[in-house]
Amino acid sequence: KALIFFISDIISTVEFNHSGELLATGDKGGRVVIFQQEQENKIQSHSRGEYNVYSTFQSHEPEFDYLKSLEIEEKINKIRWLPQKNAAQFLLSTNDKTIKLWKISERDKRPEGYNLKEEDGRYRDPTTVTTLRVPVFRPMDLMVEASPRRIFANAHTYHINSISINSDYETYLSADDLRINLWHLEITDRSFNIVDIKPANMEELTEVITAAEFHPNSCNTFVYSSSKGTIRLCDMRASALCDRHSKLFEEPEDPSNRSFFSEIISSISDVKFSHSGRYMMTRDYLSVKIWDLNMENRPVETYQVHEYLRSKLCSLYENDCIFDKFECCWNGSDSVVMTGSYNNFFRMFDRNTKRDITLEASRENNKPRTVLKPRKVCASGKRKKDEISVDSLDFNKKILHTAWHPKENIIAVATTNNLYIFQDKVN
Amino acid sequence: LFNQFPNLASEMEDKVTSPEKAEEAKLKARYPHLGQKPGGSDFLRKRLQKGQKYFDSGDYNMAKAKMKNKQLPTATPDKTEVTGDHIPTPQDLPQRKPSLVASKLAG
Repeated sequence: KALIFFISDIISTVEFNHSGELLATGDKGGRVVIFQQEQENKIQSHSRGEYNVYSTFQSHEPEFDYLKSLEIEEKINKIRWLPQKNAAQFLLSTNDKTIKLWKISERDKRPEGYNLKEEDGRYRDPTTVTTLRVPVFRPMDLMVEASPRRIFANAHTYHINSISINSDYETYLSADDLRINLWHLEITDRSFNIVDIKPANMEELTEVITAAEFHPNSCNTFVYSSSKGTIRLCDMRASALCDRHSKLFEEPEDPSNRSFFSEIISSISDVKFSHSGRYMMTRDYLSVKIWDLNMENRPVETYQVHEYLRSKLCSLYENDCIFDKFECCWNGSDSVVMTGSYNNFFRMFDRNTKRDITLEASRENNKPRTVLKPRKVCASGKRKKDEISVDSLDFNKKILHTAWHPKENIIAVATTNNLYIFQDKVN
Repeated sequence: LFNQFPNLASEMEDKVTSPEKAEEAKLKARYPHLGQKPGGSDFLRKRLQKGQKYFDSGDYNMAKAKMKNKQLPTATPDKTEVTGDHIPTPQDLPQRKPSLVASKLAG
């Protein structure tokens, strides 16, 4: 079952909230669109709620850095939801430089019957007021309002690639290419620097931070990944500045296999802890790796996303696709992982059965109740019927952002301009 | 060697077993001056400074205005006779074209 939404600008991030009821997307134009799952219809108990647009707002505007004469893009790099504490919903959204805390609240009643104002807001002539009445709340059409509650600015010299809310629900981290900062959600004029990998001499720069995330349960633990394919786990109890890692995760490389491309394709584009907190998943250009936090010297599972691209690296370097940053995600029970690829394909790997599947997000399959057909790419040689050859893949159609509902088998997949929401076929 | 003998590159490809190494040979054949270390500091530093550089905020605002297709105020049709015959006023001079390419002066 598929729902397709058209977003007017290029989608840059997708994220479910903790209950899965809300799904937020951010785009290149600085806008956030939130979808809400319909409450389950009790009569038609077999139909899981569909998603509809709930709220749209402009989160970030383009800015100009006067000191460096550089444009600051309004593109939303990441959205992270806070767990719900009261009637309102809160999320953090960030562009390259500034993080904002947004409050999304519903209004379904309004006061009517003011003494000094007409219903349209115009003030009445006080001399015409002859009686006194008590204004009452009357129901109105649901209005969803988004308002910025905190703006966390001026803490990053380089471009923010990640934000992650701590399990204490009071603090969060923001990471740019060279530094990671720790914030308190209530305090906007101060943040603590907890990782700094900037070398004293920039000529000695060899790697940058590509992603960072807090552990889901241990509020003192976070990880960050690098452009060299390493992941460092840090413990904030060890010292104020976590430049020395507690654990370093790196898969040894066979030096005879090393090529010009080795380092580029080993760069980690995303790191995500499992819900259990026992494992973490990393995405590099060609594969997805699952690491056991207790074992640093190699991943426990490796899944090839599109190994057939290894013989196309030259052209992928020339058209810059080799630098594409794919994200990855876990399902609610940590049994299946998902990531995107080219030609609007996305891949799922079942960790238990070791089976994998390739699916396509395209309008041709858009009849709402059709089951998606698995796709197959043929690397070389004779192409079987229904297979796609590597050379006919469209590298402009890339799925970089995917998200999985925390509890149900519902996934959100973003192509360039479209958001696809797929739901499990219910028998 | 490879740029002088392009056929040598393709011959060697057949002998190389790793597809990655074959791709590397292809790349080096096309770009013989490519540096040895792709993850070098120059490459990373360029990555750190992404985003279009402008000469100044005026340049930026002009570029933005042009993108929005706003019409810049046009000078009067008499502007062809501006210089030489009389002292021009600012309104008579043709508008400066917004510079889309950052000036080389910009560091």
